[in-house]
Amino acid sequence: MKILVPIKRVIDHTVKVRINSENSAIDTNNVKMAINPFDANALEEAVRLKESGKASEVITITIGTEKAQEQLRTALAMGADRAILIKSALPVDLGGIQSLDVAKTFYRIANRENPDLILMGKQSIDSDAGQTPQMLAALLGWPQSTYTSSITILEDGDEQLEVAREVDGGVETLRLKIPAVISVDLQLNKPRYARLPDIMKAKNKPLEMLEFVDLLQGSSHIKLLKVSEPPPRAPGVTLPDVDTLIDKLRHEAKVI
Amino acid sequence: MPVLILAQHNNKAIHPATLSTITAATRLGNNEIHVLIAGYKCENVARSACLITGVDKVLHAEAPHYEHFLAEEITPLVIGLTEDENYTHIIAPATSFGKNILPRIAALLDIQQISNVSEIIDENTFVQPVYTGNALATVQSESKVKALTIRTTLFDKAPLSVENPASLEHVNHTPAVNISRFIQREIIETERPNLTTAKIVVAGGRALGSKENFKMLETLADKLGGAIGATRAAVDAGYIPNDAQIGQTGKIIAPDLYIGIGLSGAVQHTSGLRDSKVIVAINTDEKAPICEMADYTLNADLFEVLPELIEKL
Ligand SMILES: Cc1cc2nc3c(=O)[nH]c(=O)nc-3n(C[C@H](O)[C@H](O)[C@H](O)COP(=O)(O)OP(=O)(O)OC[C@H]3O[C@@H](n4cnc5c(N)ncnc54)[C@H](O)[C@@H]3O)c2cc1C
Ligand SMILES: Nc1ncnc2c1ncn2[C@@H]1O[C@H](COP(=O)(O)O)[C@@H](O)[C@H]1O
Repeated sequence: MKILVPIKRVIDHTVKVRINSENSAIDTNNVKMAINPFDANALEEAVRLKESGKASEVITITIGTEKAQEQLRTALAMGADRAILIKSALPVDLGGIQSLDVAKTFYRIANRENPDLILMGKQSIDSDAGQTPQMLAALLGWPQSTYTSSITILEDGDEQLEVAREVDGGVETLRLKIPAVISVDLQLNKPRYARLPDIMKAKNKPLEMLEFVDLLQGSSHIKLLKVSEPPPRAPGVTLPDVDTLIDKLRHEAKVI
Repeated sequence: MPVLILAQHNNKAIHPATLSTITAATRLGNNEIHVLIAGYKCENVARSACLITGVDKVLHAEAPHYEHFLAEEITPLVIGLTEDENYTHIIAPATSFGKNILPRIAALLDIQQISNVSEIIDENTFVQPVYTGNALATVQSESKVKALTIRTTLFDKAPLSVENPASLEHVNHTPAVNISRFIQREIIETERPNLTTAKIVVAGGRALGSKENFKMLETLADKLGGAIGATRAAVDAGYIPNDAQIGQTGKIIAPDLYIGIGLSGAVQHTSGLRDSKVIVAINTDEKAPICEMADYTLNADLFEVLPELIEKL
């Protein structure tokens, strides 16, 4: 089984993001960047499938600037076999390349690489879109599983995958035929840290570069008008004791 | 020209998120509103949907392969409907139902979806939270058809009314695609109110320290008639099932009262509750983000104040 794992370079989740002074974008200058957290879970799962002999090759891919090579090298150190960078000068968070463009690009790559499984994150923590996996599955005509919290490879029958999905109110189990697209949630696993010897080894793994424009022109019809702070909440008060709290909730806020 | 709403239901009843989605659709101007009830043995749901204020037409599609709302099966149905009618917008709630299906539809219509719409400025202009709720993006769509998922906590539920019921139209089902199959759904049963719709939510974090201690929250929730929520740390530690998680990887809630106990208020958590009316924090650290956000803070050890709170309520 050949697995393709798209990963996105995003601002590290521990960074408090700042809106630029023109209110046109999030400031990404000199901030710590990382692999989108959910994508790290997807990659971890792919590498585990390879380690257990169920997958033959793990290819990781990103659309981003040249700097996204850093995240691809991390993915290679975590255990991917090779990497593809689709270079783009357009922003990939807001107002530039959007999920539909990404899905169309990966559709082309999927037709070139013929993976059996595409494992991705459930959403980017910058655009918070949560669309690319479902869009890619649609374009390919493949089955999909979103918010996946466990993946089992089945040995017999004509459905090769059993997945558990976190849905409103509980957990849903599905079986899928391959090839399939699966987007994953944090519950799936705990991604490993790349060890130094693996980081050294990753330097020699293949990293191919392609141009985004060769594959696709930006095709989304969404214009970003502005980026603003969420409205602040009214300032609160610190209360001395439980009695005051109960009194406030009863008589001031009137919520109990 | 009409808008199409992809209704969430369970073949027995409409999901409340659908009612909020309908309210959002009414903000789009003078469009006619069509609601699609696709499922299996769900005619009663379709009939009751005719009574929702604002709805002009209910489309009812039945087939065994729609029973579990698989995206692969519902997508061709919706694509077919868009070929018969000039929908300006296709809208679904931003729940695990809507977020799963709508992008699949959008891709085949060659449109970029706008996710988690929190405000409708006009029929082409929308506000959506981005960067885990740290910012709001105002975007304008220039595509002929717009696909939107709605952050339903920000829109009231459309009321029922017996005046001017919508017309009901049965539509033919599409053939089964059969590339994915539903096996089972484990519903977590609870006597307490549903977390996403509860008026009061009591949420606990890592500081509760154990599953046994977490039970104190249950007692408090029961006293208040509220639901139980949790942080990722509490879920990871096994204090409570994942279903109770609030935030980026959990539920989006907006109760009248949220009480956060022994949790720090990381943005991944608070992005799921920032629309709550009243926020209470119980935390030993006055600098914890949840205290900065709260309307009322008790700077205290939860193990001291929780028993007192339970007793005095
Ligand atoms: C991609 C991603 C998605 C995530 N999604 C979510 C999500 O959806 N939901 C979510 O909740 N988290 C999510 N997280 C995790 C999130 O970042 C935080 O790590 C988590 O919310 C912290 O949980 P906590 O507040 O319970 O624990 P902590 O941050 O450890 O906070 C514990 C708090 O308890 C207080 N405390 C300690 N002892 C006491 C006492 N005796 N009495 C009172 N107070 C006390 C401390 O002062 C502290 O503020 C996500 C993280 C990532 C990377
Ligand atoms: N520019 C990108 N490069 C690589 N993968 C991406 C990119 N954008 C989105 N993805 C993948 O698609 C998932 C969902 O993205 P989104 O639709 O942006 O929320 C992410 O978790 C990634 O796995």
